[in-house]
Amino acid sequence: MEQATTLEHTEDVYEPSLTPDSLGKLGMWIFLIGDTMSFGALLAAYAAVRAGAGAIGWVPPSEILGIELTAFMTFLLICSSVTMVKALESIQKGNVARMCDFLGLTILGGIIFLGLQAYEWSHLIHEGLTLIDIPKDGLSGDPISGSKLFGPTFYAITGFHGLHVTGGVIYLIVILRNGWCGRYTAEFNHEVEIVGLYWHFVDLIWIMVFTFIYLL
Amino acid sequence: MAQNEHKEHPKYMYIFLWLAILTAIEVGVAIPEYSVVLKAILLIGLACGKAFLVAAYFMHLKLEKRTLAIIVIIPFLICVFLVIMLMPDLTTDSRLDEVAKPAAEVADTNGN
Repeated sequence: MEQATTLEHTEDVYEPSLTPDSLGKLGMWIFLIGDTMSFGALLAAYAAVRAGAGAIGWVPPSEILGIELTAFMTFLLICSSVTMVKALESIQKGNVARMCDFLGLTILGGIIFLGLQAYEWSHLIHEGLTLIDIPKDGLSGDPISGSKLFGPTFYAITGFHGLHVTGGVIYLIVILRNGWCGRYTAEFNHEVEIVGLYWHFVDLIWIMVFTFIYLL
Repeated sequence: MAQNEHKEHPKYMYIFLWLAILTAIEVGVAIPEYSVVLKAILLIGLACGKAFLVAAYFMHLKLEKRTLAIIVIIPFLICVFLVIMLMPDLTTDSRLDEVAKPAAEVADTNGN
């Protein structure tokens, strides 16, 4: 009898969670909010450095960076976001095999993205874009000059994002392994949704990075 | 839960199509040369549209409690504020002049 009263009190005292179906989801959201600030700080610093260099002090990104490849990388991340929501949808219907297939495709998308980024970086380093210098000639063949901070800001921001993709791929592999072991069912699948939140966030950040670093 | 699923299910492919179309428009807008300000407004607008689609539909923010959505949007606004706050620091010349002057004076005294 006494126990019953205590339980009633507990229900009164605690207000319902922001994400009633899973506290982990709230945890991931809070982590993502923090991560937004770190990317926000990097992009704000980039904006300040670029504005400080003036209109002619900064080489137009299109003179150094290829847009076609990165546009394809953006498309690839969007595709992997779609396979991620499809994976969640499958497990919510209880289809474990389909979820594993879609998770596998998502991981593949992430790995191809990383491969393309490694290819792009090595190409840029070969062209002369390093942490201390910029290439002497632009993509159009004309000589270029501008702030040497182009390299460090570019590598810091795309590198930080690349690390997030790497972390996401590892995270997805762990979830895929759990899926293979039969951990997830139509009723228990919050962990798949949480890895999805992280993965979509990485996609969202790339949308911003693509716009600010490559296109503007 | 099952109801939500039915609501989301047909949307994902439309969202994917929209994201792909917006990406194509972004590239189309970015390549030709014209007013930098107009280009910046167009590109940032398109990027925000894409970010909204991803957050609202893929991350299910539309289906979550409204309070969570408000909490999530605030850091993005703070980031915008962060950029605005940093701007005067590096774009105004007066600060650079003050730094440059004493350095020049020091050089003079060394020369004498």
